[in-house]
Amino acid sequence: MIEVEGLRKIFGTTVALDEVSFRVERGEIVGLLGPNGAGKTTMMRVLTGYLPPTAGRVRVGGHDVGEEPIEVRRLIGYLPETVPVYAELTVRDYLKFAADLRELPRIDVPDRMAVAMRQTGISDIGHRVIGHLSKGYRQRVGLAQALLHSPELLILDEPTVGLDPSQVVEIRSLIKELATHRTVILSSHILSEISQICTRVIVIHRGRIVAIDTQEDLERKLKGAEHVFVQLRAPANEALEAIRALPGIRSVAPAEAAAGTAAFSIECELGRDVREDLSRLALDRHWPILDLRSVAMSLEDMFLKLTGAGADPA
Amino acid sequence: MRRIWAVCRKELLCTFASPVFYIVAAVNLFLFGVFFYVIVGSSREAHLRYVFHNIAVTLLFTSPMITMRLFAEERKLGTFELLMTSPITLAELVIGKLLGAVLTFGVLIALTLEFPVLLVSFGRPDLGPLLTGYLGIILMGTAFMSAGMFASSLTDNQIVAVVIGFGIALLLFIISWFSPQVGGPLGDFLEGMSISSRFENFARGVLDTGDVVFCLSLTGIFAFLTVRSLDWRRW
Repeated sequence: MIEVEGLRKIFGTTVALDEVSFRVERGEIVGLLGPNGAGKTTMMRVLTGYLPPTAGRVRVGGHDVGEEPIEVRRLIGYLPETVPVYAELTVRDYLKFAADLRELPRIDVPDRMAVAMRQTGISDIGHRVIGHLSKGYRQRVGLAQALLHSPELLILDEPTVGLDPSQVVEIRSLIKELATHRTVILSSHILSEISQICTRVIVIHRGRIVAIDTQEDLERKLKGAEHVFVQLRAPANEALEAIRALPGIRSVAPAEAAAGTAAFSIECELGRDVREDLSRLALDRHWPILDLRSVAMSLEDMFLKLTGAGADPA
Repeated sequence: MRRIWAVCRKELLCTFASPVFYIVAAVNLFLFGVFFYVIVGSSREAHLRYVFHNIAVTLLFTSPMITMRLFAEERKLGTFELLMTSPITLAELVIGKLLGAVLTFGVLIALTLEFPVLLVSFGRPDLGPLLTGYLGIILMGTAFMSAGMFASSLTDNQIVAVVIGFGIALLLFIISWFSPQVGGPLGDFLEGMSISSRFENFARGVLDTGDVVFCLSLTGIFAFLTVRSLDWRRW
């Protein structure tokens, strides 16, 4: 669906994107992840044809973005970072305008509008003037605009910014639902969002791609060890000694725990599940297990590792 | 065609939903009324030639106020990104916008039609100059709309758009002033470029195809420049 090769974008003397290459297949949900100013918005603007690339090739649905911009735009539904709504218009007039711009068959317009409004939960505010709506509702109106023509490719720039938590959950599940029939690219600097929705993650930092992979693969490559957390009702020192003595353990770090209990973060060799040994140990010593779990590396951890902690450009 | 109309319709909806147009229209109509009352009242002559002149001068200020938001506001609000990522060509967009502005201007001018109605009710005006005068106002206004649109495409600041638009319109109005000093073929050219002498013909009741073509050409040139400027500013 998307092929990007050697993409470079320069604004004056600032290199916004450099040597960016990736492919996105039909039906994928790809997350574009990076700190503020990493180049996510620029990347999306290039994909939609809003900004021409300085160098490199960008193809969407087999069309070159520079050579056949209109064909590319037909395939795309786009929600920019700043929601592109007209404050003076009613929701209905706005969506009608978007439908006309895209030349949806007139006969389909009412149906498509009704579907998009239902999907985004704005069916009952069609007559309201957009300028009087809250930020969350405007965001939904913007999203409805992007969905209106049921595009093959949805590009969403920070789609959940400014929404309250329950709306965020709704929009996320909507995006998942939409992705069953189409390709979605969304950007975010909220890592948990990406990990919940996306099948693949592109991590971008200072205009360069630092990693492209599924979340699981990224994790495997980066962590190089298994992590387990355990909490026992046991004397702390004795438990520490005993755990250290287990096979395959690399390090044991005491964690904060309530009085009378002991908790540890344990790192052990890749591919070894230390939880079995731990439960046997606890059983032998009559230490009740209060908590025992394998700790997945969070995207936050991964991200810090990939980009270097605190390396945000000022 | 449908996209052009969609842009035009959106312009009209936005224009008539915002207070700017009503304030501009109210102030202008008040001034036009003063011109009419003073000029026709003192001369006791049933024609609008001098009223048209004063309206024309007022339009130098008013026109850019109608067109200032066309592109500057879209840029400021980020809605320009929606337009530029929709399957609409720059030419369609510019034509739609221009059409919207010209219709808005037309509404403003239509509200002065009480003047000829009054003249016809209380006197026996020569209808020819009235008609050509209005045609001149509309054609000159259309050219100013196009120039103002071009100014708006250069910036995301509406005040800047008004100032540039006013500058262009005024320059077109007074450009013949330079011709005696320059002289020669260039002087003749500057004389020919003057929109005020073209307008003078319309106001006097002279309908010259050259004047009509001139106004429409100016409109076309500025519309073309708008497309170029929008295209260029993407880079």
